[in-house]
Amino acid sequence: MSVSGSATAIGSATKVVDLKALQAEADLDAPIAELDRDLVGLAPVKQRIREIAAFLLVARARQEVGLTSDPPTLHMAFTGNPGTGKTTVALRMANILHRLGYIRKGHLVSVTRDDLVGQFIGHTAPKTKEVLKRAMGGVLFIDEAYYLHRPENERDYGQEAIEILLQVMENQREDLVVILAGYRERIEHFFVSNPGFRSRIAHHIDFPDYDAGELLSIAEVLAAQSEYRLSPAARDAMIDYIARRREQPNFANARSIRNALDRARLRQAMRLCAGNGVASREALQTIEAEDIRASRVFTT
Amino acid sequence: MRVTQGTFSFLPDLTDPQIAAQVEYCLRQEWAVSVEFTDDIHPRNTYWEMWGLPMFDLRDAAGVMQEIRACRAANPHLYVRVSAFDSTRGWETVRLSFLVQRPAVEPGFRLERVEAAGRTIRYAVRAYSLDQPAGRRYRTSAETIAAPSEGR
Repeated sequence: MSVSGSATAIGSATKVVDLKALQAEADLDAPIAELDRDLVGLAPVKQRIREIAAFLLVARARQEVGLTSDPPTLHMAFTGNPGTGKTTVALRMANILHRLGYIRKGHLVSVTRDDLVGQFIGHTAPKTKEVLKRAMGGVLFIDEAYYLHRPENERDYGQEAIEILLQVMENQREDLVVILAGYRERIEHFFVSNPGFRSRIAHHIDFPDYDAGELLSIAEVLAAQSEYRLSPAARDAMIDYIARRREQPNFANARSIRNALDRARLRQAMRLCAGNGVASREALQTIEAEDIRASRVFTT
Repeated sequence: MRVTQGTFSFLPDLTDPQIAAQVEYCLRQEWAVSVEFTDDIHPRNTYWEMWGLPMFDLRDAAGVMQEIRACRAANPHLYVRVSAFDSTRGWETVRLSFLVQRPAVEPGFRLERVEAAGRTIRYAVRAYSLDQPAGRRYRTSAETIAAPSEGR
């Protein structure tokens, strides 16, 4: 804005910002619609992302009319059971934040404890800083963040990595967004022992487990993505499979479904090869009930 | 004497946003950017001290700017430069290099005549700052200004 001082204040008192135009300019509808289309369920997560998008848009509008707007803190914690889509959403988050102009590059650097914590004295700080430098301008995604903190070993180098991380999260908010992810209870526990993290993270987003209907549509979406489809009988088999698999230990939501599909594809291939040796395009695409019902889940 | 080494050296010193923009360009070209410093500014001194390793895999200039600031803070009285290395086959060389810090006072160079065999005169260029032992060069303006007059 070229007008200065009091003129700005008078001018901006009446100035109207077209939020819709701003939204169109940021081309936000596309990634959010994509989110809605590609990700099954996760209603609270999508709601939260919409809120964040709206908030950033308003922050931008405030800037345009000359109101103070500190760069908002956007560090997040994604909590939820395995396979609930934390990594997938983080990837899309980087894209959305980039389109909103909050981060400059929109890439995602995904790390775990091994990438941050060194193996000997003096190794951790350079390693952590290296990762932080790579993530600048984008999103740093720390999977299973609670492993950084090892309470049983008070000389563990994880604490050093945590301190550097906290410092950058506080001082270079405009340079990168940190997303922590992990299981709910363990993240909670981690925050209790590192209160600095909790206060620097503005958004705690909880990923709910999928219900049976959502898991079925995930199965269909996954199959469609690799140009397979479930026959009607196979669809029924999949419903049974999901009901049984959910009762078993180590159920990892969408990940279990993906693995089940992968195995069904193997069995389909076996079935086709063992058959009469000719396979139509239709047959190559279709997963039959027997491919799913052969699973170990049905025998126990 | 104002040292003119590297790109942009005949322009006024670059500001931090300008440096960031140049680094941004280097990263877009996928060059590896590194920060170096020296107290020996002889034009043929190619190998400066490295401030950490060259930074590979960066996407944004913020990481480089952080290292530049750290290097300046640790060596407030020395020359600091940024180099960008292009690893493309056939290039494999530094593509861009420019100063990002210079000492407050730059005493310059003196020409030394050395008599060689057969009364041949050979010439050498020597920075006045080299009269000081390493570690004390460019320390205070009083020291570095006093040095050349003793030399003459």
